[in-house]
Amino acid sequence: MKEFKILAVVAFFTLVTYWGVEPFAHSQMHKEVESNNFVYDGKADIEEANNAIEVAKNITDAKKKATVLDAANKKLVAKKAFWAEVSQISKLQGNAVAGEASFALCMACHNGSGVNMGGVVPPKLDNAGSLYDKNYLIALLKDPAMASNVDHKYADTMMHPMGTIKTMITTPQQIADVVAFIKTKKVAKLTPEVAFEDACGRCHANRYGNLTQLGATPKFKTEQEALAHRVKVLDEQDRIKAYMGKLPPDLSIMSRARSEIYMETFIQNPQSQLPNTSMPRVGLTSEGYGMVKAYLEKTGDPSKDARHALGPWVIVFFIIFTMLAYLWKKSQWKDLH
Amino acid sequence: MAHFDEKAKPFSHQWMNDRLAVDTVKKVLSTEYWIPKNINFLWAMGMILAATFGLLIVSGIFLVMYYQPDTKTAFDSVNYTIMTEVGYGWLWRHIHGVAASVVFLIIYIHMFTGIYYGSYKRGREMIWLSGMLLFVLFSAEAFSGYMLPWGQMSYWAGMVITNLFGGFTKDFLGGIGNIPAVVEWIRGDYVPGQAFLSRFFMLHVFLLPLVIIGVIVLHFAALRIPHVNNQDGEEFDFEESAKLYKEDSKKESKVIPFNPVFLSKDIFVMGIYFVLFFYLVFYHFEFAMDPVNFDPADGLKTPLHIYPEWYFLWSYEILRPFPFNVGLVAFGFAQVAFFLLPFLDRSPVVAPANRRGLFKFWFWLMLVDMIVLTVMGKLPPQGAWTIVGMVAAIIFILLFILLPFITKNEKKA
Repeated sequence: MKEFKILAVVAFFTLVTYWGVEPFAHSQMHKEVESNNFVYDGKADIEEANNAIEVAKNITDAKKKATVLDAANKKLVAKKAFWAEVSQISKLQGNAVAGEASFALCMACHNGSGVNMGGVVPPKLDNAGSLYDKNYLIALLKDPAMASNVDHKYADTMMHPMGTIKTMITTPQQIADVVAFIKTKKVAKLTPEVAFEDACGRCHANRYGNLTQLGATPKFKTEQEALAHRVKVLDEQDRIKAYMGKLPPDLSIMSRARSEIYMETFIQNPQSQLPNTSMPRVGLTSEGYGMVKAYLEKTGDPSKDARHALGPWVIVFFIIFTMLAYLWKKSQWKDLH
Repeated sequence: MAHFDEKAKPFSHQWMNDRLAVDTVKKVLSTEYWIPKNINFLWAMGMILAATFGLLIVSGIFLVMYYQPDTKTAFDSVNYTIMTEVGYGWLWRHIHGVAASVVFLIIYIHMFTGIYYGSYKRGREMIWLSGMLLFVLFSAEAFSGYMLPWGQMSYWAGMVITNLFGGFTKDFLGGIGNIPAVVEWIRGDYVPGQAFLSRFFMLHVFLLPLVIIGVIVLHFAALRIPHVNNQDGEEFDFEESAKLYKEDSKKESKVIPFNPVFLSKDIFVMGIYFVLFFYLVFYHFEFAMDPVNFDPADGLKTPLHIYPEWYFLWSYEILRPFPFNVGLVAFGFAQVAFFLLPFLDRSPVVAPANRRGLFKFWFWLMLVDMIVLTVMGKLPPQGAWTIVGMVAAIIFILLFILLPFITKNEKKA
């Protein structure tokens, strides 16, 4: 029938245009980064170091090339050695009981007091065993700057706010023990909000979730109290700004602003999407990320449930509408041809 | 004073008829507004546009009750207040966003239907011109609306588009278009700011809709006398056919009344359209809401890629591949080119493009070229894409220059 032929032509050109401006254009605009499935083995870090060497090789100024290339080569060696050691420690049998004693050292800073130390508030560790990956925790205890892939920020990775850990927990067995303790004793049933607060909330606000860098904003009785709290938040933000270079963005509707694959790869290795960013790798487990993602989707797309509840009814209404309209049309046109 | 029945009861049919000529109005606009019978579903696009515009107005009214045109609160009033605190605010917003995008798809289908069937000439020039004017007004309406959420893309699209007016310097065409500081004058500031947002808010919710409604009335009125075209471009006597219809020789008559016969088909097509439309509203609205615009406006952080919404991409791509001043002239040409169609097409033949010799190739080439321009307009201007875009832009301009020559000697089909 002629009408169907015309419809096919219209649909064809419409879909070609849609394909061109949506899937095709976006595939050309954004570089592809593959997810490492929340495995922290330093693969991406070593690849980045390799790429830096390739870039250095193209420098034309011979003197500059020599210095940059030398530094890049050293970094590659350091990265390879570091992740190889992490892999070795990972194979050790950790003793959670022995780890508990060493863990006491952590409590000096990670005590939940909410006091900024060297730029950020040290995270609470109550849920660390559920949130963070084992390999990542090992790497973090060995060298926090290397583990979170922000060593480019520090001339000496000891300068990392947690850099002194290297003098506190020194042997591979000690590291394995502490990690075993965290992974067995510091586990909890996570909720999306807690996961977000622990993993992201000390640097990132989420104003749609009523969260600042100091946690949930309570209701205040007087304006003075509210302003005093606001000043505290601003002070904390200034400290974070000084440490990170800029205030990390509010994450209220980040889930709408970035694609799912971007978020998943970014969280595993921020450098992969934003080279030279000061954002550290967080080391979330797949399950921990699932919780963070759930929270971001809740604040970023709060109407999802309502949409899915209402959608079918509206569509069914219009299907019935169309069927009735068809019968009317048929009755009106029956004597015309 | 005209004749009127003094005994008629107030507001009775006779009473109203004496004062408002309701029977005549009903005949002229509805039951004896004759439409050709030989049409297909593409003839329903006008009513679909009217319905979509209605949806935009209704959803817009609900949104404007909660939207705050302030650079500090605009973003959150859209993304938080409307999306979470207002009952069904999310629904109105998604309807508004999806309709704003889909309305352009239907406009393009409506436009290319007109071009394909030659419905812009031989007495129908004013329909075409008022339609093109509506296209320009809808574009302005869409652009001003896009500023309102005050996201990154609002801000930077506003920056880029207003910067275009910076081309009018003493270097432009030997200084004939030299308007100093016109960009600042438009923005009311050196960069898009509060004045800019308030102005575009006013344009979007008041002045432009008002003008659009006026031009829609003109567009409908322009249609009444020359009548709607049909699938074969056939010219026939509407009076005679109408007489046959009224004498119940409906099979022999070539016309149908607007109401209820034409309308019954329109409403059926509209039903199918609404099923698709609400599928998009509930399950696939992302295409109409660019992710970049969910980052709040930040004048210190330029997004990696800045591109307009899909319906502006073809004209953006005509601007982009050339040096700034040449691009500006090409862009200006692209904006008015379609207005000239009735005058550039020198053939008197009103028929589907496929039966019109060389014009057949002109039509399909133009359609494909505009799709190529649209896709290239979104891609980053790198490597081969720049060349493809430039070639497509040149083809677009050449097609309009060639149109009088290829239609002049067209044989009557």
